[in-house]
Amino acid sequence: MNSFAAFMTKEFYHILRDRRSAMILFGMPIIQLLLFGYAIRNEIQTVRIAIIDQSHDRITEAITDKLLSSGHFVLVDTFSSDDAIEEGFKSGEITEAIVFEAGFGRRFVREQETSVQIITDGSNPNLARIVLSYTTAVFMDYRASLLQGDEEGKGIAAETLMLFNPELKSVYLFVPGLITLILMLVSALMTSISITREKETGTMEVLLVSSLRPYQIIIGKVVPYLMLSFINVVTVLIIARFVFGVPCRGSVTLLLLESLLFILTALSLGIFISTITSSQQVAMMISLGGLLLPTVMLSGFIFPVSSMPLPLQIISTLIPARWFLVIVRGIMLKGTGIVYFWQETLVLASMTLALGILSIRKFSIRLT
Amino acid sequence: MSIEANELTKCFGSFCAVDRLSFGVNRGEIFGFLGANGAGKTTAIRMLCGLLEPSSGRASVAGFDVGSMAEKVKQNIGYMSQRFSLCDDLTVRENIRFYGGIYGLCDRDIKARTGEMLQRLDLASSADVRLGSLPPGWKQKLAFSVAMVHNPEIVFLDEPTGGVDPVTRRRFWELIYEAASRDVTIFVTTHYMDEAEYCDRVSIMVDGRIAALDSPRHLKETFDVPSMNEVFLRLARSTGDEKREERQ
Repeated sequence: MNSFAAFMTKEFYHILRDRRSAMILFGMPIIQLLLFGYAIRNEIQTVRIAIIDQSHDRITEAITDKLLSSGHFVLVDTFSSDDAIEEGFKSGEITEAIVFEAGFGRRFVREQETSVQIITDGSNPNLARIVLSYTTAVFMDYRASLLQGDEEGKGIAAETLMLFNPELKSVYLFVPGLITLILMLVSALMTSISITREKETGTMEVLLVSSLRPYQIIIGKVVPYLMLSFINVVTVLIIARFVFGVPCRGSVTLLLLESLLFILTALSLGIFISTITSSQQVAMMISLGGLLLPTVMLSGFIFPVSSMPLPLQIISTLIPARWFLVIVRGIMLKGTGIVYFWQETLVLASMTLALGILSIRKFSIRLT
Repeated sequence: MSIEANELTKCFGSFCAVDRLSFGVNRGEIFGFLGANGAGKTTAIRMLCGLLEPSSGRASVAGFDVGSMAEKVKQNIGYMSQRFSLCDDLTVRENIRFYGGIYGLCDRDIKARTGEMLQRLDLASSADVRLGSLPPGWKQKLAFSVAMVHNPEIVFLDEPTGGVDPVTRRRFWELIYEAASRDVTIFVTTHYMDEAEYCDRVSIMVDGRIAALDSPRHLKETFDVPSMNEVFLRLARSTGDEKREERQ
């Protein structure tokens, strides 16, 4: 037991003294969270628009007012020619142009049919789409308010409600994804590097010659990272709660327990990686290249799994993050309990078990 | 006998890295284990340390069979590799504590050994310095002492003097002699033929087999050459080169 304790102490020294690993371990989660939380947002802040009003009547002015008072739009110019509009898009001065046709208000009242042209900058399709949907929403809104005053019952007034995230805050989307990503990267990357480093410096030979058993070596490697990753989860949750106001609607204990399970999955993946390579660089490449991208792209973190093509959906089932994400979103945002995601939990547990057994087998005491 | 190998063999597929090795090493002896790169030295050492299971044949180390009682073997040997196997981001004291720990010493013994070792190696003033900042010669001495922290019967040194200057090497051998005088068996591999002269007996491995085994003086007499270097070149060249060409 003393030998195990000595080994663990050494591991802690390694982590805390090597500035690089300490930075990755504690710096990365916080930096990523702040980056994702502040910089990467799906909601738009201010859209610079040009409004070309060829009608200049009561109605176009009312709509313009409504647009500008929403707080999302800033009027930059009122161009007169098509060329000027194009120039505005090219120089990046505007991201949207709205053109009211001549006699817009008159036709709207008399014929109940009129048209407006909305031009957006398709070089950034994501932004263009969001801007467009905001604009149409304003138009629909205006139309609905007119109809309501005029004749009741005409047209359909759809009342929408976004459950769990009524304001569509993207931080709500990112925080569960980030917890997943950070845990995956930190745990898998750090363990795979630390074991391969042991091989590179030759200390692994000594460990094997010592009276430590292989399972003790593996547990000794896992426990420190398990503890540190757990601290990371708590840090991220605290920042999410108090800096970004992301609630945890379900049981915090359950969330922490599930995180612990996921950390174990990631750690066993890291150990597995280190058993198939013997250089730190290869281990880092595999961990970063092989885990980072799939975790970001295929887990449902950014792109929903259900809208992926079937082959990718099948691949995504192999990615632990996909399952964990469902669990975190469930607990944090929906406030659901284990009943709703016991299957996901089971998948993670089996993955951990399988990887763990495989690693201990491969990491056998005989270096054949 | 400290080490006894009998027809010890390790094959990887059809290639036998170690081919029916038989030899014995006496207690307190300094046994030089020489051979060109790829001659099978490392494989043989790994088997003797209980890290690799023999394909056939037997070997006993400190009285325990390496195949069936590997754990017992490990408790009675020390091992030091060319890379020194110390942790650079731990201090001298922490390294001793760590290795004492993994070799199964209790805290009181570790403390006693640490003080003793720091004094003997003249490292007391650097005890709390991180190892990474120490010169290689010091690391090497520490690595050797650390390999013997649990008072093993036998120490395996795998090219322990690689990459250090001749003066430091000379001093290192003084440590080896000192250990041997305390009845510790030393099993050492090296590429430096002047070091081979320091050994009590020397075996020269060529292509997985022992081509010669005797005291340096007798070997020189047998081959009628003035130095161990010549002995080694004769043996390694006669068979080694042909084989290597074949393999290519």
